[in-house]
Amino acid sequence: MSVLSERQQQLLTKAVDGELTDEEKVEWNELLRTDSALREEFAAQQSLKEVTMGFTLKKPPEETWDRYWAGVYARIERGLAWLLVSIGAGVVLAYAAYHAVVTLIADATMPGWVKLGIATLLLGVAVLVVSVFREKWFARKSDKYREVIR
Amino acid sequence: MDESDLSTETEWIRRCQSGDKEAFGLLVKRYMRQGYYAALSILGGHDDALDASQEAFAKAFRAIHTFDSGKRFYTWYYRILKNHCLNALRNKKRAPVAVSTLLEEAHNVPADEPSRDEMTEREQIRRAVWDALWNLDPEDRELLVAREMLGTSYAMLAELLECPIGTVMSRLYYARRKLRAHLEKERP
Repeated sequence: MSVLSERQQQLLTKAVDGELTDEEKVEWNELLRTDSALREEFAAQQSLKEVTMGFTLKKPPEETWDRYWAGVYARIERGLAWLLVSIGAGVVLAYAAYHAVVTLIADATMPGWVKLGIATLLLGVAVLVVSVFREKWFARKSDKYREVIR
Repeated sequence: MDESDLSTETEWIRRCQSGDKEAFGLLVKRYMRQGYYAALSILGGHDDALDASQEAFAKAFRAIHTFDSGKRFYTWYYRILKNHCLNALRNKKRAPVAVSTLLEEAHNVPADEPSRDEMTEREQIRRAVWDALWNLDPEDRELLVAREMLGTSYAMLAELLECPIGTVMSRLYYARRKLRAHLEKERP
């Protein structure tokens, strides 16, 4: 069949769903009267609607709803727990890393090139951290979809 | 939703933004069914839908301070949920299995006991409709399920999909054509 105009698509959809206003009914009937391809498409979509309307999504067992909020609450709580665990682990790891580095640098027996390697490694990590945070910060400021939680 | 429902909701959100989890529980109870069915229409499985809709509520709670009180909570939550579901679909290593038993007859079966042949035919139609729905893009499936099986209005669909009502109708037109094409392909 020929491609329907946007107006025809909209009227056809409303006709199938029984949502036409009185004015639109007049316009629609006139279109149907003059266009056999449109009549055919309308009949096809109407019979499809009859089939799909015969089904619905199955309701889950009622206890799903009784336990639903408890499930959400547990997730909120676990999210907070993970945040605390991450912060705590970060602090402990940073403290351990600081002491390890201070001990290594203070060690007079350690060759200078190893100390230089440690300093370079730390500088690299610091630049990476700053770069990631800066990128996230700018993305957050300029992202027009920032409201959309992914 | 009428004015008093909306003002109650605004009050619940204000309480949530001050960290009141019980107020968030009231919001969850109001929208859990809608959220679950929306996730089901995209993901096609009970467990996945339950998991996604609950996780999206948890994400919404964490981000509640960013909620613009001029909007409806469900519209905002729905965007979080939809993104979560589409990510879940994308991240699944295997295609999720859509269970046709999640579809049931909308109306009561006639009082007369259906014959074995009639029951077989109904079962075949149910399976064919679900398979055809499952072969659509998630966006088309979500739209058709919302309109045909959950009776969502054009206005609400336009709000959820963030497009004009005319676009909703055009999208429904194309989605129905695609569904019909899939059903015809599967017809023996």
